[in-house]
Amino acid sequence: MSEALKGRSLWYDAWGRLKQNKAAMVSIGYIILIALLCLIVPNITGHDFTAQYPAYTRQPPSIEPFPKSETLDGEIKSVAQRARLTLKEWHEQDGRFFVTVTSDKPIDERVTRYLDRSDSFQDAKLEEKSADGLTLTMSAEAKQKHFYFGTDALGRDLLTRVFMAGRVSLAVGLLAGFVAATIGTLYGAISGFLGGRVDEIMMRVVDILYSLPFTLFVIMLVVFFGRNFALMFIAIGAVLWLDMSRIVRGQTLSLKRQEYVQAAEALGVKPIGILLRHIIPNMLGPIVIYITLLVPQVIILESFLSFLGLGVQEPMSSWGVEIDEGASNMEVAPYLLFIPIFFLSSTLIALNFIGDGMRDALDPKDR
Amino acid sequence: MLRYTLRRLATAVPTLFLIVTFSFFLMHVAPGGPFDMEKGIPPEIKRNIEHVFHLDEPVWKQYLDYVWNLVHGDLGPSYVILNFSVAELFRIGLPISAWIGSWAMVLALVLGSTMGVIAALRQNRWIDYLVIAVATAGSTLPTYVTAPVYQLIFGLLLRMTPVGGWGDGSFSHAIGPIIILSLPQLAIVARLMRGSMIEALSAHHIRTANAMGLSDFSIVLKHAFRGAVLPIVSYAGPAAAQLITGSIIVETIFQIPGVGRYFIQSALNRDYTLVMGTVVMIAVFTIVFNFIVDLLYAVIDPRVRYE
Repeated sequence: MSEALKGRSLWYDAWGRLKQNKAAMVSIGYIILIALLCLIVPNITGHDFTAQYPAYTRQPPSIEPFPKSETLDGEIKSVAQRARLTLKEWHEQDGRFFVTVTSDKPIDERVTRYLDRSDSFQDAKLEEKSADGLTLTMSAEAKQKHFYFGTDALGRDLLTRVFMAGRVSLAVGLLAGFVAATIGTLYGAISGFLGGRVDEIMMRVVDILYSLPFTLFVIMLVVFFGRNFALMFIAIGAVLWLDMSRIVRGQTLSLKRQEYVQAAEALGVKPIGILLRHIIPNMLGPIVIYITLLVPQVIILESFLSFLGLGVQEPMSSWGVEIDEGASNMEVAPYLLFIPIFFLSSTLIALNFIGDGMRDALDPKDR
Repeated sequence: MLRYTLRRLATAVPTLFLIVTFSFFLMHVAPGGPFDMEKGIPPEIKRNIEHVFHLDEPVWKQYLDYVWNLVHGDLGPSYVILNFSVAELFRIGLPISAWIGSWAMVLALVLGSTMGVIAALRQNRWIDYLVIAVATAGSTLPTYVTAPVYQLIFGLLLRMTPVGGWGDGSFSHAIGPIIILSLPQLAIVARLMRGSMIEALSAHHIRTANAMGLSDFSIVLKHAFRGAVLPIVSYAGPAAAQLITGSIIVETIFQIPGVGRYFIQSALNRDYTLVMGTVVMIAVFTIVFNFIVDLLYAVIDPRVRYE
């Protein structure tokens, strides 16, 4: 008996239905891919997300390494200029660049630092110095850098920044989504379960918050908490719990009339026990559906705030910040706009497909 | 009907009152004030300015004054935009926002419901999938994504329309904001229409009409549409109120002198009267449009009766 029958839980059935939904499965794969890229890519590009390369601002995406040979001449000239020396000649030999400079005063040997300080060179060495000290030859290796997605207006690597921004956007989405879902579930379940006066008052509060202009509310929360990264999660979560509390309250009202709840009451289970053991677990379906639909909403809200300059602050970034920066540079560098838009949009669309798939899988009546 | 109208009015007043109260205290509890400039002004001068605007009085007195003035239709002067009263700012900005907003709403309703009906009639064909794709994109892509893309394509690459600005409301200036503003609404209308049309077409009276040999055209437009349009009507009320009172994003990106911009600007500047004015304006529009929608409902669906 015990081995012959294995129960088919709600989750087992739902997973079976979800597997049939191609769009949802592809979307889940895509979101996992994006999440992995966000975790891994910023660590392996070799660029810090705050590192600025003034020599390479607004470089379009390319797979060729920088510096490009045609830009080197200008770069070496500018090094000489910064060192207040005259460039005599430069040539390349065995992957090292030999630069000869002259001056009318004896040259300090520490000029090699000027080469090191430029974005294009490393490992600068003094090769030879003339007896009078007026001519000096130094050599350096070209520093090879890749900017596969190009660079932004400050010369930061867009590949690193886009995925760094993705980390923030996804983390805000998930965390604030859970904050909202938790507040909403507890509030709605308590309101519906207690009923009567308490329910009336608790739901009126929700109605009033509902009728307040949503934007004002968010802005005021941001104003209160300051432009603080962690508190923004809470601010967003605190705004988006209203829908959740209504849905949960409705479910609770119907669930608390069920026979098993009456049975539990008759056996003397305390109200809090009934709530946590019998009512909330039976609502997990709608709760999960709502959370998956909430995450893209939170991401949109966060990028909305960041777009307005109220959200994530420099040097941290999110997709909203990147789109804002891209929009102000779109005339000269449209890829700065299109790349973050591509990642934000595709993520939002994939999350929506997952949400729809979850709804179909967990709530088959609703189809 | 008259009784219903009066009752709606009677519930609208306390709602408005609660919204005003809540927003007023929320604004005043927030740290800072309208005259905390970055360049500090001498404290005596600041005190004098605050005295002129009664900001040195206790908050409850300011609140009572505000409500008293509001009841008399006075929204007060703007604290930050000098020499303008809130009412004047709205008189200048609201027609612009409302113009763009109402065209966006018309576009969303007409195009969205047409798309929805076509998709419902050609269910699971390529045109249905196309409509679903457009609706998914439209409802997931926020306006701060679509607006710059529009500017880039039509303004910078094709040079068909100006990138931004208002230009006294010429067609080429207004068309971009209208399209961008209507896109998300259009997507939702198309989705709602598709769903409710599919449901309406499977109703018994449609089967009867089919059996009696009515033309497809008259079945869809006369018999199915009337029932299918109800969810859209109830959606359109709040949506219209939202569109007409202006969008922060669209007005900022397209540099349009509407009222949508005031919300964030004034909340950050602590321009108390302007924030409150915006809140009141949005609330009034929402209440009015919801009321219109409820009346329309009764006109379209004779089963709905208001006592």
